[in-house]
Amino acid sequence: MKSKLLIALMVGAMSWTAASAEPAVETVKIGCVAPLTGPQAHLGKDIENGARLAVDTINATKPTLAGKPVQFVLQVEDDAADPKTATVVAQKLVDDGAKGVVGHLNSGASIPASRIYADNDIPQVSPASTAVAYTHQGFKTTFRLMANDSQQGRALGQYATHLGKRVAVVDDRTAYGQGLIDEVVKGVKAAGGEVVAREYTTDKSTDFTAILTSLKAKKPDVVVFGGMDPQAAPMVRQLHTLGMKIPFIGGDGMQTAEFIKLAGPAAEGSIGSSPGLPIDKMPGGAEFTKRFGERFGKIQIYAPFAHDSAVVLIQAMLRAGSAEPEKYLPELARTQLDGVIGPIAFDDQGDLKDGPVTLYQVKKGKWQAVETVGGPAAKAAAK
Amino acid sequence: MDVLLQQLVNGLILGSLYALVALGYTMVYGILELINFAHGEIVMLGALVSVTVLGVLVAAGVPVPLALLLALAAAVLVCMATGVLVERIAYRPLRNAPRLAPLITAIGVSIVLQNLAMILWGRQYLSFPPVLAPQVYAWHGASVSNVQLLIVAVAALTMGTLLLLVQRTRLGRAMRATAQNREVAGLMGVDVNRVIAATFAVGSALAAVAGLLIASYYGIAHYNMGFLLGLKAFSAAVLGGIGNIPGALLGGLLLGVIESLGAGYIGDLTGGFLGSHYQDIFAFFILILVLIFRPSGLLGERVADRA
Amino acid sequence: MPDLLPNRFYRDPRLAWAAYAALAALLLTLPFLVDAGMGRSWVRILDFALLYVMLALGLNIVVGFAGLLDLGYVAFYAVGAYFYAILASPQLGIHLPFWALLPLGAGVACLFGVLLGAPTLRLRGDYLAIVTLGFGEIIRIFLNNLNAPFNLTNGPQGINMIDPVRIAGHSLTRPIEILGLKLPGTHTHYYLFLILTLGVIFVAIRLQGSRIGRAWAAIREDEVAAEAMGINTRNMKLLAFAMGATFGGLGGGLFAAFQGFVSPESFTLMESIMILCMVVLGGMGHIPGVILGAILVTILPELLRYIGPLQEGLIGRVAVDPADLRMLLFGVALVAVMLFRPQGLWPSPVRARELHPANPDEVRQEQEALYDAER
Repeated sequence: MKSKLLIALMVGAMSWTAASAEPAVETVKIGCVAPLTGPQAHLGKDIENGARLAVDTINATKPTLAGKPVQFVLQVEDDAADPKTATVVAQKLVDDGAKGVVGHLNSGASIPASRIYADNDIPQVSPASTAVAYTHQGFKTTFRLMANDSQQGRALGQYATHLGKRVAVVDDRTAYGQGLIDEVVKGVKAAGGEVVAREYTTDKSTDFTAILTSLKAKKPDVVVFGGMDPQAAPMVRQLHTLGMKIPFIGGDGMQTAEFIKLAGPAAEGSIGSSPGLPIDKMPGGAEFTKRFGERFGKIQIYAPFAHDSAVVLIQAMLRAGSAEPEKYLPELARTQLDGVIGPIAFDDQGDLKDGPVTLYQVKKGKWQAVETVGGPAAKAAAK
Repeated sequence: MDVLLQQLVNGLILGSLYALVALGYTMVYGILELINFAHGEIVMLGALVSVTVLGVLVAAGVPVPLALLLALAAAVLVCMATGVLVERIAYRPLRNAPRLAPLITAIGVSIVLQNLAMILWGRQYLSFPPVLAPQVYAWHGASVSNVQLLIVAVAALTMGTLLLLVQRTRLGRAMRATAQNREVAGLMGVDVNRVIAATFAVGSALAAVAGLLIASYYGIAHYNMGFLLGLKAFSAAVLGGIGNIPGALLGGLLLGVIESLGAGYIGDLTGGFLGSHYQDIFAFFILILVLIFRPSGLLGERVADRA
Repeated sequence: MPDLLPNRFYRDPRLAWAAYAALAALLLTLPFLVDAGMGRSWVRILDFALLYVMLALGLNIVVGFAGLLDLGYVAFYAVGAYFYAILASPQLGIHLPFWALLPLGAGVACLFGVLLGAPTLRLRGDYLAIVTLGFGEIIRIFLNNLNAPFNLTNGPQGINMIDPVRIAGHSLTRPIEILGLKLPGTHTHYYLFLILTLGVIFVAIRLQGSRIGRAWAAIREDEVAAEAMGINTRNMKLLAFAMGATFGGLGGGLFAAFQGFVSPESFTLMESIMILCMVVLGGMGHIPGVILGAILVTILPELLRYIGPLQEGLIGRVAVDPADLRMLLFGVALVAVMLFRPQGLWPSPVRARELHPANPDEVRQEQEALYDAER
């Protein structure tokens, strides 16, 4: 209660000071939702900071909407990475009059929340949710700036087939792992490879010897795992214990520093993919790293994507000359601009057109980019 | 054939870890008829403490064998203290309360330990320092690593010591007497409260050993690792006959082998209808089947069902 | 609703009616008051609170009335939710109406209750607890994996785009205008949930006072004695399981329609334990207590949100993440309640007297006698 009052007072005070300086400044509220508590709090903060940088930078240019000066205000909410809480804060943003939303992080939170935004015709741009279903619900208001699991899975499948025709896959039976592996399987088939075995585990398991032993019997050339680093690390260790010396590949869930720390020397040579370009290959990467670093420090993963999400929303409002969703939503869908992360345009579903996926390999205990698949930026980065 | 052999090896190693944890459940149940839900969390504590201590010592340049022993000692101490404390605070006051009460506190204690560990150690996974360079031996087409052999050896040694303790010492005799009849044992001059505390201490020490072994085998430790492990170990204890020490051994090994073979062959056996996604179901199915059809377990003789 | 009110209200019917009228007025205007005072997201929290009241009352039948510790209660909630989700979404392309599905879903959950209950009822209390826990996990694992060979549950992706509740062709997620009063979706759901919750409370109260309720109480206190008195304990226990499961299934169907999305993540063991917390904290077997427990446990995480800024204000940084505190507090509360106040925060007058008798010595002797007899 108190903090609500406090925010109201602060917003009041801010609009009052603004009003005293320049009489007719309008404010437009942009929502920003991510987990700010819990295990992913640092990633949520990354999103908040990225969006904040964008909003402040645009505000400093004294923007106008239909000739009237305007300031954008970021309202940050915490969804705790929980589907139920996500709907509660989505409702809160709707009530508080947010005109657009940057968020959420987890697909499991973005999907239930998107229904509330869609019911109230508020555009939502997620900087991080990659589940295919998020933009495929038939809502006109859902957008995202990251290659989805389908784009990533296909890239992984193609790359795996490239290393060896006989591919074995393991998924961790989470929405993420299963969705990713389903697409990997399609990618492998499209590239002319063969899926020789599909095994399953859970996101709480540590013992994979049984499933790896059955994989071994099928003599695969390469193993692809859809899951997170706490499982990937012991899995790659056990792969070695069982004497299987074949490439181990995974998605962005294991393309983390944590994976190398947990797997130790066994991590060497493993391959992991991640949507988007590596930050140093992004067209605006160096400049963004500097600007972000001065104010917030180190970038986790999502800051550039959150930054561009806010920019895309605000630019659409400016082009339409209105912050009313019915006016600027068509402009948002027509977005064509060069963001920090590369060229941004949406397809009919609201997905990033040609979202790039980058593959990394552990070399000397560090992830090193080896190849970028897809995306108009890939060509530019290759030059 | 070499696949089957490898799956048996996998199962026996997993099973010896289950057995070590199952002993803790069975000892407490034998004496108090209480499912100590928090036992899995004690294993987790053992793992986290040993990983932390080992990390510090290795970084300080202490030789590896000494560092391992010290880490084990630290884990055993912390676990024993926690186990005894939990008994004193959460279980002893409810010894004569209705059955539901200690069971609910046990769940509560489990949640408390898990969340305390999370606040103390954080949510990230801890990695076990790479003190043992893994070496793989091939044997009839199956691979076994030195770490795995060490785990089986330590587990066997620990369990042997426990059997000696229970069968040959004064304390062991007091434990057996208390398990048979607490009242009469008390009349015969056994300090029942101390015996129960000692049971918790011994069970927790075993949990500490199990925690260290599990962390070193899988290379990771995490505040959340205890609960599912605890449930499976409890299923193993029930399978062998709860309250029965050799039963816990047998149940643990059997469960490990069943899980391994199950995950490896269920896909082929059911024509692909069920796959290894159902791996975690085996423990629960066994638990339910045993409880319904033979509540005394494989080796148990005591009548477990007293309504 | 006799035992909702203090004694003096029975003696003066006018007072009682006035109290009921005030309560009714409060419940009817609550969403508007909350909306105006605290924002609409709190109305949504209120909706969830009502949903959990129904679930907690269902579990209370099993745990509180019949004394059977069910740690897999969330399985029935999941069955209800998935039943609704599968038959009212693009998943199979079937869109059955809400009013038909809700009772059907409750019925299916009831069937599951009987199926799971039947083989386990011979077991003693603590074994029963662990077996129900196993059943709960098995159901969740099946829901998580039944996307192949036939895609029934859509696996870990969960089922999306579930039809909202429709009344007279009007979807409850959209604002509705009645008599010039604009009712947003959260408010209409509130009234729907309120009506159903009142129904569940009514059924629970009637059950408690009935022959069946007394039979459950007898089983809870002493099963052998109950059997000796001619109570068919097996049927009675089965009935408790079935009734509890029915309410769980009802809650599940509402959850699916309200949320529009279900996935196996929502039906973990932790959810079962949360509902158990509501029952235990409020007061096992006492309906008003359980309602209080459900509301407290639902609202607590929302209140904990303010702990983060509070820490920042007091010590300049967030030392303990409020999300981390929530479960810790529940754990401590479970232990503390069992140790110091086993009757719960708002116990029934009868239970309170049993547990805190006027003459403790007498009861201790009685208990010791019982204990000896058991041996």
